[in-house]
Amino acid sequence: MTADIAAILAIDGIATGAVYALVAIGTVLIFTVTRVIFIPFGDIAAFTALTLAALDARQLPGTVGLVVVLACMASAMEVVSLARAGELRAVPKAVLGYLVLPLIVVGIVWLTMRFNPPMPVRIVLALLLIMPISPLLDRIVFRPIADASVLLLLTVSVALHFALVGLGLLFFGPEGVRTEPLTSMAMEIAGVHVSGQTILILAAALVFSGLLFLFFDFTLVGKALRATALNRTGARLMGIRPARAGTIAYLLGSLMAGVSGILIAPVNTIFYDSGFLLGLKAFVGAIVGGMASYPGAALGAFGVGIIESFASFESSTLKDVIVFSLLIPVLLWRSLASQHSEEEVEE
Amino acid sequence: MTQMFSIENVSVAYGKVEAVRNVSLSVEQGQIVTVIGPNGAGKTTLLMAAIGLLKSTGRMIFQGADLARIDVEGRVERGLCLVPEKRELFADMSVADNLLLGTYSLRDRSTTRKSLDDVFDRFPRLKERSKQAAGTLSGGERQMLALGRALMAKPKLLVLDEPSLGLAPLIVREIFRTIASLRSLGVSVLLVEQNARAALETADYGYVLETGEIIQSGPADTLIHDPKLIAAYLGGH
Repeated sequence: MTADIAAILAIDGIATGAVYALVAIGTVLIFTVTRVIFIPFGDIAAFTALTLAALDARQLPGTVGLVVVLACMASAMEVVSLARAGELRAVPKAVLGYLVLPLIVVGIVWLTMRFNPPMPVRIVLALLLIMPISPLLDRIVFRPIADASVLLLLTVSVALHFALVGLGLLFFGPEGVRTEPLTSMAMEIAGVHVSGQTILILAAALVFSGLLFLFFDFTLVGKALRATALNRTGARLMGIRPARAGTIAYLLGSLMAGVSGILIAPVNTIFYDSGFLLGLKAFVGAIVGGMASYPGAALGAFGVGIIESFASFESSTLKDVIVFSLLIPVLLWRSLASQHSEEEVEE
Repeated sequence: MTQMFSIENVSVAYGKVEAVRNVSLSVEQGQIVTVIGPNGAGKTTLLMAAIGLLKSTGRMIFQGADLARIDVEGRVERGLCLVPEKRELFADMSVADNLLLGTYSLRDRSTTRKSLDDVFDRFPRLKERSKQAAGTLSGGERQMLALGRALMAKPKLLVLDEPSLGLAPLIVREIFRTIASLRSLGVSVLLVEQNARAALETADYGYVLETGEIIQSGPADTLIHDPKLIAAYLGGH
């Protein structure tokens, strides 16, 4: 391997790592607020790419059907549980949140598509369509077992991933897609060719993680999310509802996953089941950060991206094996070096 | 005086074990009421039920509203705030952020700045340490922060669980001075304490809880001179 090749591989790895970092940050966000390790995040990213591809082809994306079905299920569950608790007064608000709002999003997409919107508008539409999915899944799948152990939540989360892959096949079909390139620009940095796409990926990762930190530091809702992650009981005593904090965390996490899906769509062919490896690698990155630290998760994700890039140069068939094998020493190091978290002690 | 909060025939069970049996008590507007009793009498359990963190049977009325179907967050929004025994601070967040989160339940946050200044006036130590993480504070400062955070929510009834637990005598006195001063703010207080003497000196009315039941109640200045109580809790003369 020459220095030139190493530089190209490193740049490639950093770009891939930036995509993983977005998903990893979303994973940490959801885990700290809701204790759910949300494996389907990769699927959310893949679905965003498929949605954008359909919008590019001037078709109504399968996401519309998915959102409508999930919105109906979630609102039905919410209404039934409210009726059982005898709180019929809260029903209109629940229907508004779980049914009307997602349907409004669908309506906006449907209306806007009649005017042949330009690329940036299509990207916003794809993100808008993808964002309700995980909060709705949260209501349907995780809310009824919110007090279960982390292990049970993880098991359910894995099952949910397989269910989503099935739904993906149903709503998007088996064809792979590749979206229009976001930019054709390219430049030379110190003699190494860097594509505009790479720069865009890095910029997007920086902007979106930066926005998330501003949100955490400067808004009361952001602080409430951090508070819920740090101390659930304490947060409840301040009037912060864990379920509501969870919904906001899922919305933000979906946005991060959606952005990563849009960034990889022009460079990789995406199928309905392409999300799993993306989600898993982001998860590895998040584990390096101990599932608790955002900078740790981002660093871990960049590490995964770079290792994957070099591994695929050495042996493209074994690259995933190499990446996931490296998780073993990391897990050993983390379990030996770190203190057990409060919850592990309780359980 | 109007009734602020009343508990009627409330029982709380952990599985089959009843930790609190048939307890009734009430707090009037602007009153400081204390529940004293030995360790394990069910004092904390009673408060956890009052805030809604534990299920209970019986009736609880807060400002005329039945609390049966109101969850913890709903009770906080109505002005029923608990400062728990474990303080439950947000350890990695700054003192200022902890205080700001106290206002989360308020609809109108235009007075946040003033509330923050009031808390800093009351506890100047918190102002000095406002940028510091809550987890780095001393025990006394933590209790001040927990109290200050609850005051940021503009509570109508402040429920305090063992505010003096594990604190140095000097700080205990400061905490009780603060509790007494809440009267002038129109905040009612339900205070649970093992430090029976300090609690009765501060309170208007007192209840004695033993093995889950109220065995005695009366105006605080009567209880404090009761020979039986002096022998049991107040360290006999």
